[in-house]
Amino acid sequence: MSKSYVELDGKKGVSRRQFLKTGAGVLMGTLAASSGILATLAPSSSWALTTKALSSEEANSILQVTRAIFPHDQLDDAVYALVVKDLDASAVEDPSVATLLRNGLMALNKSANGDWSSLDYLQRENLVIKMAGTDFFEKIRGTSVVSLYNNEMAWAHFGYEGSSYETGGYFDRGFQDLDWLPNPPANDSPAKA
Amino acid sequence: MSKIELNDDSVVVVIGSGAGGGTLANELCQKGIKVVLLEAGQRESAASFQNNEWGSFGQLSWLDKRTTSGSWRVARDFSGLPAWICKTVGGSTTHWAGASLRIQDHEFRARSHYGDLDGANLLDWPLTLKELEPYYDKAEDKLGVTRTNGIPGLPGNNNFKVMHAGAKKLGYKNCHTGRMAINSRIRDGRTSCRQLGFCFQGCKMDAKWSTMNSEIPKAEKTGVLDLRPGSQVLKIEHNKIGKANAVVYVDDTGVEHRQKARVVCVAGNSIETPRLLLNSESSQYPDGLANSSGQVGRNYMRHMTGSVYATFDEPVHMWRGTTMAGIITDESKHDPSRGFVGGYEMETLSLGLPFMAAFLDPGGWGRDFCRAMDNYRNMAGMWLVGEDMPQESNRITVHATEKDQYGMPVPNVHFDDHPNDIAMREHAYQQGRAVYEAAGANHVYPVPAYPSTHNLGTCRMSEKSSDGVCNKNGQTHDIKNLFISDGSQFTTGASENPTLTIVSLAIRQADYIAEQMVAKNI
Repeated sequence: MSKSYVELDGKKGVSRRQFLKTGAGVLMGTLAASSGILATLAPSSSWALTTKALSSEEANSILQVTRAIFPHDQLDDAVYALVVKDLDASAVEDPSVATLLRNGLMALNKSANGDWSSLDYLQRENLVIKMAGTDFFEKIRGTSVVSLYNNEMAWAHFGYEGSSYETGGYFDRGFQDLDWLPNPPANDSPAKA
Repeated sequence: MSKIELNDDSVVVVIGSGAGGGTLANELCQKGIKVVLLEAGQRESAASFQNNEWGSFGQLSWLDKRTTSGSWRVARDFSGLPAWICKTVGGSTTHWAGASLRIQDHEFRARSHYGDLDGANLLDWPLTLKELEPYYDKAEDKLGVTRTNGIPGLPGNNNFKVMHAGAKKLGYKNCHTGRMAINSRIRDGRTSCRQLGFCFQGCKMDAKWSTMNSEIPKAEKTGVLDLRPGSQVLKIEHNKIGKANAVVYVDDTGVEHRQKARVVCVAGNSIETPRLLLNSESSQYPDGLANSSGQVGRNYMRHMTGSVYATFDEPVHMWRGTTMAGIITDESKHDPSRGFVGGYEMETLSLGLPFMAAFLDPGGWGRDFCRAMDNYRNMAGMWLVGEDMPQESNRITVHATEKDQYGMPVPNVHFDDHPNDIAMREHAYQQGRAVYEAAGANHVYPVPAYPSTHNLGTCRMSEKSSDGVCNKNGQTHDIKNLFISDGSQFTTGASENPTLTIVSLAIRQADYIAEQMVAKNI
């Protein structure tokens, strides 16, 4: 499980140059004003991710590809950055992954007749969809389906509450608070003891 | 806890500590019989269990290499993970949801009740419900099953409210919070359910019965149990007259040991049990142990399964509370007018966000996928579980070339759906959809099978030694002191979750083994 900002290096007043000292690239962002619930998890509204195998431009493009494969319009880039983080780690461990990602981005640029990342998001998404089934697409899809949904920022966004043991479970915290359907009779669902 | 010598040949060696092996070990120990309990996995506890889906999956699951073949969708979606079962003290009773249902009378007589079906290798159990009833009584008391023995049902959660509302609108008669091996009151030294919502991840309250929190500690108190976690069994050996006499296993540090035995009981779940018998081939038993019928590994069943999730305009928060919070039993009857034999149960199920993403539509992506996930708060879910047909060609084999970390051939799991399985699944999807639409769903998502949790039948019991591997006591037809002690014994799958029956058979088998040992027949 990713601990959101613990790993995403939330820092105030960071500069791209500071981050480039330690890695090949850097992804930076600011939580959108609409991401109120995420802001409560973050030490600051700006975040940064240093990458070791991917350049800044590549990391940014991979983030956009991830958005195109799993287009949650309201989900903040900071969550997608966790997928980039895992892909970058995978590329560090296995150079063939770095090559796979680079070649995939080159193919996207080719299909865009130029800079794929400069297209508008629907055009970007359409070109990514055309790559479905390729190793490039599958690598990003397979990583995303775990990384994108297995972190506390995603849980906050989608409303999932995560571990409940520390707070005593849901016995006194709404396990039967649904009020838009009739309550079953006691025979079928006995009162809690 | 005792320490039994490796050359002590008076002991019963039980392989596997789950529902079958863990229960059998305790029952034998209670009678004063010395038991060596070999478990491949490590010992966890309520304290070490995790309220975290992927974390717990890594902690508890059996992840050793397995291969798959056949036309079932699991082979495509999860080619290296045919089964979602556990490698830990307590086996898959750490992971199970707790549904504790008795197999119905007619399901024990599947061949005579359903008739002959093309391609199905149906057979009646050599055991009747009436014979097993006293053991079901004992098992329900042991597990503290709700709605038995005066134990109240569990309170229903939000996910159950949705199921119940839909079921009643649709005219279903039997929908309630189930017969569950989860304490609704403090009982047997274990506390009551606090509705954590992590039943699959090992209950951190110990409110859910498992052999880890119940049978094994009780067996340890007798002083005649020697539990050896981290022990992967490689081979069962036999003497010149063909009786089992030792078990060879590797410990955590890679050191090989040979434990002598008077009786050997195999309870490794329906993939590992036949794999071990096949890997124990010898010049006397060239086709593997207890395999004169050629049925070892065959008739692999995994229940007809699938899920239906649905989204609503209002929040559900299905993950709050017990994972399997309620059941509709109306479809578990045998009614061939529906276009198939046998029946199925409809049981609520919820997955956390990480597993919802993994299982909603394996391989899925794009806007439809995201729309479902975007509505996770408003989602309700149910699991469909029904009787699948035994087929000779659905089987566990040992791989010709692939070896595991110990150099033993890995198991291959081959499965093709029988036309009856497909017809039942289509009916179940349609009825699951109808339940949720009746409750006001705005979208319904039929979800394909997860890796198998109910693995059954690969060493089935039979009246005749030519039809199966063991008799109605789980004793193998070929080797009198070798027993099958898990769900591999099932002659047919029935529509019910199998654990209660596995436990009942283990209690019954313990009586038989003790009696046969006293009579010096084994």
